[in-house]
Amino acid sequence: MFRTALRNVSAHKARLLMTVLAVMLGVAFVSGTLVFTNTISAALQKQSAKGFDHVDVAVTPGWKEAEGDRVGEPRELTRALVDESARVPGAERAIGVVTGFTAIAGKDGELIGSGFQSQGGNHWGDKDPRYPLTEGRAPRGEGEIVIDSETAKRAGYEVGDTVRMSVDGPVLEPVITGVFTTDDGNVAAGGSLTLFDTATAQKLFGKEGVFDEIAVKAKDGVSDTALRAQLEEALPAEVVETTTGTKLADDQAEAIASSMSGLKQGLLVFAGIALFVGTFIIANTFTMLVAQRTRELALMRAVGASRRQVTRSVLIEAFVVGAVAAVAGLVAGVGIGIGLRSLMGTLDAPMPDGPLVISAGTVVSAFVVGIVVTMLAAWLPGRRAAKIPPVAAMSALHAQATTKSLVLRNTLGALFSAAGVAVVLAATTMSGSDGQAPMGIGAVLLIIGVFVLTPLLSRPLIAAAAPVLRVFGVSGKLARQNSVRNPRRTAATASALMIGLTLITGMTVAAGSLQKSIDKMAADSIEADYVVSMANGNPLSPDVARTLERADGVTATSPMRNAVSRIDGETEYLTGVTGSTIGGLTEFEMESGRFEVGGARVVVDDGTAKTYGWRAGSDFTLAYEDGEKQRLTVSGVYVANEMISGIMIDTATLAPHESEPSDMVVMVKTADGASDAAKESLEKALGSNPGIKVQDRQDLSNEIAQMFTVVLNMVYGLLAMAVIVAVIGVINTLAMSVFERAQEIGMLRAIGLDRKGVKRMVRLESLVISLFGGVLGIGLGVFFGWAVGELMGTTMSTYELVLPWGRMGVFLLLAAVVGVLAALWPARRAARLNMLQAIKAE
Amino acid sequence: MTTAPSPGLHPGGSPADRTTAVAARATELSKIYGQGETRVVALDRVSVAFRQAEFTAIMGPSGSGKSTLMHCVAGLDTFSSGSVRIGETELGSLKDKQLTRLRRDKIGFIFQAFNLLPTLSALENITLPMDIAGRRPDKEWLDTVIRMVGLADRLSHRPSQLSGGQQQRVAVARALASRPEIIFGDEPTGNLDSRSGAEVLGFLRNSVRELGQTVVMVTHDPVAAAYADRVVFLADGRIVDEVHGPTADSVLDRMKRFDAKGRTS
Repeated sequence: MFRTALRNVSAHKARLLMTVLAVMLGVAFVSGTLVFTNTISAALQKQSAKGFDHVDVAVTPGWKEAEGDRVGEPRELTRALVDESARVPGAERAIGVVTGFTAIAGKDGELIGSGFQSQGGNHWGDKDPRYPLTEGRAPRGEGEIVIDSETAKRAGYEVGDTVRMSVDGPVLEPVITGVFTTDDGNVAAGGSLTLFDTATAQKLFGKEGVFDEIAVKAKDGVSDTALRAQLEEALPAEVVETTTGTKLADDQAEAIASSMSGLKQGLLVFAGIALFVGTFIIANTFTMLVAQRTRELALMRAVGASRRQVTRSVLIEAFVVGAVAAVAGLVAGVGIGIGLRSLMGTLDAPMPDGPLVISAGTVVSAFVVGIVVTMLAAWLPGRRAAKIPPVAAMSALHAQATTKSLVLRNTLGALFSAAGVAVVLAATTMSGSDGQAPMGIGAVLLIIGVFVLTPLLSRPLIAAAAPVLRVFGVSGKLARQNSVRNPRRTAATASALMIGLTLITGMTVAAGSLQKSIDKMAADSIEADYVVSMANGNPLSPDVARTLERADGVTATSPMRNAVSRIDGETEYLTGVTGSTIGGLTEFEMESGRFEVGGARVVVDDGTAKTYGWRAGSDFTLAYEDGEKQRLTVSGVYVANEMISGIMIDTATLAPHESEPSDMVVMVKTADGASDAAKESLEKALGSNPGIKVQDRQDLSNEIAQMFTVVLNMVYGLLAMAVIVAVIGVINTLAMSVFERAQEIGMLRAIGLDRKGVKRMVRLESLVISLFGGVLGIGLGVFFGWAVGELMGTTMSTYELVLPWGRMGVFLLLAAVVGVLAALWPARRAARLNMLQAIKAE
Repeated sequence: MTTAPSPGLHPGGSPADRTTAVAARATELSKIYGQGETRVVALDRVSVAFRQAEFTAIMGPSGSGKSTLMHCVAGLDTFSSGSVRIGETELGSLKDKQLTRLRRDKIGFIFQAFNLLPTLSALENITLPMDIAGRRPDKEWLDTVIRMVGLADRLSHRPSQLSGGQQQRVAVARALASRPEIIFGDEPTGNLDSRSGAEVLGFLRNSVRELGQTVVMVTHDPVAAAYADRVVFLADGRIVDEVHGPTADSVLDRMKRFDAKGRTS
């Protein structure tokens, strides 16, 4: 039996090649994902461990708990504590560490990197063991910095160059006095690191006299834990917390692993989709192989093979195919892993170096996935093979597959679909996260239902295409009829494409609608011409607001300043604004009262008002950061959105109680509205600061749009896998159709259909099947997109459905292209059929 | 042409009297497969003419080259040397596209099996060659043909709903419907029971007698051959004999003779 199975494998190489390809793609995706994520996390972990080489014990400030009317705040790590740490017997040295955001501009004046990875810190003394200088000397005083070698190389800076940079506001123009190398993970990931001397760093980062951390290095022979014990004894327990370097490295490794596992799971979901689509193709192929071999299998039964042996022979064949596909997939997967890594490298996200990790788990998964999926998909056809009666061997013609009634199938499909639609609809009425699970279940039910129903749907939908196909004469007519000849096969083929397009369309509709609603939120609530913020989202120095206020052509400004406070023992966030101008810079719908901020009058958002039972005119007492209390009056309640919410208070009222004012953004209105010239003059007023973004409303929209575009493009790229597998499915089905209809095609050629006509017939059939899958997929996708949107709409006031007609047209076109491409080879084969042999063959 | 036809009876006047025009002609036609050791001569300088409004049967044992001859003359297969003409058209110089058009417009075919497309109704199958050409069928002629083969009440049926005999009648109607210059049949009754076969052969003969159609048919059945005006015998790729106005017995007689010859030589 095993030998027969092997012979069959080698006898149907071409057909099985398609199956191998389909399985291989799925396996390649799975193993590629595993190789990539394992390699990256191994490299990251190795690197992070290296990053802690200079820290045997880290001393961090303790936290002063919030209590009564006082808000919580960190304790201070002073120079004295650093010195004390250095004095414990086991310590070789102790370094005070200060860090903060530091934007550095390239020679073109633009920020280097994305902003989120622009780091700054202190260079400890003349020789900082953490950062060995390769050139120049350590920075001294305010006018000097040293930068990491990667950034120096990237921007083309050399020792002695003057650079423009900024920490939280004013532009600085220090000289580079040195270049250092570092294992810092942030730099390895494409960021920049700029170091000042310690005093300058503390001043710039607003931490005068204090440190963020004390990195203590142990003497040779002193263990982490011993050093830690000594430090805990020497330092005031309520002020500091100590952690060993090993623990820090472990924590970070764990954090990396968990962040990678999210990525891994995401990628594996797509691999799963590709494999799921692949199973249709495998099942299709084996069904065809069995149909083709009916006589052969019947002969085996006639000479004494049992049913089980027949099934087993099909399964052995599947096993061989699956194993071959797994090997090929594993090899391809390693290639994908390497490719992904270098792709990420080119996408402004350099990946740490490290050896390629191909774990035993990866290899095992590849084989399990490849073999199990193939054998599962071949199981039904194998059972069907066993049901072939021995007498079929004697009949002269191909035993026609008994056209089993579709009644049961249609009933099941209708039930599943109806249940799916019902659950999805029910989910849309739920709020936010409650609806997620039912939505997912409903979607799966509906997809299964539609899949089961596709044979039924194929007739009316394809019939609708008849008027178009009529243009192509006989070829069109025959193509239409051929495509509904075997509804099950057509359905399985179209479904493969449907699933990919459902997901793509659903994502596009949901993301498009979401983007529109966020966009609208920004546009609706912001009346300012410009919003000024820090490139990394850090707070701006209050100088920025003052500078902008005085800038040419500026008519109104207001910061949005974050501050914490306590109300009835609960922490509440305040937004400090300029009371006199804020009304003209924002636009809110009022639930009650007026939008009036000034003195003790504040406005609160609807959510907070509801929590405390406030209305316009309500009074309440609030404790500031410094513990002082004030009685405030609610002048109005506004309807908040996801961008702006909270209690708005005048900065003048707030200022006396703040130690470190932190302006998140500054809103600006100019005399002539937004224009390139106005923007330029604002940027100039801020000293062309590389760390500060000046954005008009269009820029904000673009920024939002870009985030969505990046995510969508990634999803498109991943779902392309499913579409490629679907193409293989269409090729497979067409090749089979051509094979089965060889005699018909021969006859058509004999009575005068030329090669072109035959090709056109096959191509149109392919097009019809693909478009059928495309229409179903896009339809389902729109429904899911709408449903997901409804669900999100419950938590998002500005949500509305946006149908991306252009995109949907592109997707339909994509389906058509799939059809045309998939038909290339089968159509050629059909046109080249030897018509005499086709006619003669029985 | 009102002569009452009956198998084995010589019709009034030889076919050559009615018209001497030739519908198709093969001259010195050879078809050779392979080279050297494996060289097989399927047709060896065969010259034969098929006159208009004549019903010719080609007979011979299997491997004699009878099907190959028909395929070459009908433009279904290429040949090694010699010439084939359909009407005034020389086939040897035609490309595939032109050959296809020639088959579509000038030739009708009836095969042993797989004559019909299962997805098309009987009527659609009949008009298929004209659909392919993008021509409108001549309604009157179509009615005549359909009436002749007795399918008027079966036109909307699918092939699977028709008996084997009915299917072959549809094939005959299709071959006739586009008024080809010549119809080729490749064992058209090979898959039929004798009654259905007789019906189909009767239609073919009637089309020759009453409609002036030219028909060439390959068969190995002496009874079928007896419906023809002329029988050409092939053996080893050569024409070895010819009988005008055959009867089943006379055909059988000749065949036995070749058999015997083949055995003694």
